[in-house]
Amino acid sequence: MSKIYYLPSHEYIIVDGNEGRIGISEFAAKELGTVTYVDMPEEGDEVVAGEEFGAVESRKAASDLFSPVSGEVLEVNEELADNPRLINNAPLEAWIIKVKIADPAQLNDLMDDAAYAEFCKNQH
Amino acid sequence: METKQTCLLSRHTALGATMAPFAGYDMPIEYNGLDEEHTAVRTTAGVFDVSHMGEVDIQGPEAMAFVNHIFTGDVSTMADGSCLYGMMTAFDGGTVDDLLVYRRSDTDFMLVINASNTDKDLDWIRSHAPNWKVTVTDRCSDFGQLALQGPDAEKVLKDTLDIEGSDLTFYTFKTLADGSIVSRTGYTGEDGFEIYAAPASIMNMWDRLIAAGVQPCGLGCRDTLRFEAGLPLYGDELADDITPLEAGLGMFVKLDKPNGFIGRDALAKQKAEGLKRKLVGLEIDSKATARHGFEVLDECGNIIGFITTGYNSISVGKNIAFALIDAAHAALGTKVQVQIRRKTATAVVVKKRFYTPKYKK
Repeated sequence: MSKIYYLPSHEYIIVDGNEGRIGISEFAAKELGTVTYVDMPEEGDEVVAGEEFGAVESRKAASDLFSPVSGEVLEVNEELADNPRLINNAPLEAWIIKVKIADPAQLNDLMDDAAYAEFCKNQH
Repeated sequence: METKQTCLLSRHTALGATMAPFAGYDMPIEYNGLDEEHTAVRTTAGVFDVSHMGEVDIQGPEAMAFVNHIFTGDVSTMADGSCLYGMMTAFDGGTVDDLLVYRRSDTDFMLVINASNTDKDLDWIRSHAPNWKVTVTDRCSDFGQLALQGPDAEKVLKDTLDIEGSDLTFYTFKTLADGSIVSRTGYTGEDGFEIYAAPASIMNMWDRLIAAGVQPCGLGCRDTLRFEAGLPLYGDELADDITPLEAGLGMFVKLDKPNGFIGRDALAKQKAEGLKRKLVGLEIDSKATARHGFEVLDECGNIIGFITTGYNSISVGKNIAFALIDAAHAALGTKVQVQIRRKTATAVVVKKRFYTPKYKK
């Protein structure tokens, strides 16, 4: 069974075994507005927990993407290149990168669903 | 700092606007979508709450001479009932603010200043006023302000608010019976009007416009609209350390007007010596957008300046930007590069006016 975790910067990781799909939360997608472009790393790149790995752009702003965990990029979501709006339509399905989780213990530093929902309530 | 609010905050909230702090105010960024709001202004009409803008009255027997002393334009040649765009500059030529001057008479002017600079501007104006027979009055809280913009603005103004706009030419204004001021001005590159009135009256007009189906527009599309039309925003293209000449606004700087103005000598010297940097337009070959502060490089990779504003333009359909760069690279057609996070994109210098304004002259 998959489990979802979040960073305070609104990226999620949906964990399936030792793989994770990373994207931005519904809250972040709504705040950003219509996504016009996703700046993605390449397959084989290494991402580092807490460090920037790309950006999501709307008309009005660019928002850096931070990785919830360290690991190798297994796949980037090529569908987003032609159709970045998928992120607005269904942010939890429109993952941006798939990573191989190097250290599962890093997940303990993230918020779970309930903690993140509480966190978002205090964002306004 | 406590966030200030305009008289229309409850309206924005009720409409479900995305709100964000801007210049100390809780302001609407967008309602139902930036692109839709932008397009409404370009094709029909939209209404903006711009009540955060500041108003200052300068009145007295020496009002005309005093405004001329602190302003780059020449207000002595303005007709009563007209508006003039220009800047206040510091002694070093840096821009204190850009503003609109409304001339009611040669003894009575209203300055409309940026919300982000209200306190700085009032301090600046008041510090120079004691030598002149003028009174400086902060009117910021007396007025709310709406901007009704777009090709249908004149009709909407008449049909919905019962205000006749057809007698106003571009950059003129009139004062209504209740003291409200209506000018044919704006910040979108479209025809339109700006209305200054008491908060209660602004709320009433807003409600009537929304009820009539006029698109409410947030600061998000205000920025994309003014950017496409080649209009500067203080804090991006203008700043304390950017002169109007560097920003390409020389036509609003009357270096030769009688008795000069604060900053005149520094600007005349800068002009005589030649500008070291200039504001240019860039067309960027990239799917990613260059944002404020991103570095601009020459073809060899040397840093030559920075992006002041950049968007994936709605009207043009490309990634375009304003950049303040070394004058040596500012000629139209010059190839440069823009650093967009980890990637370097090629760009070419183009005209700053990406969209041809459609003003009613």
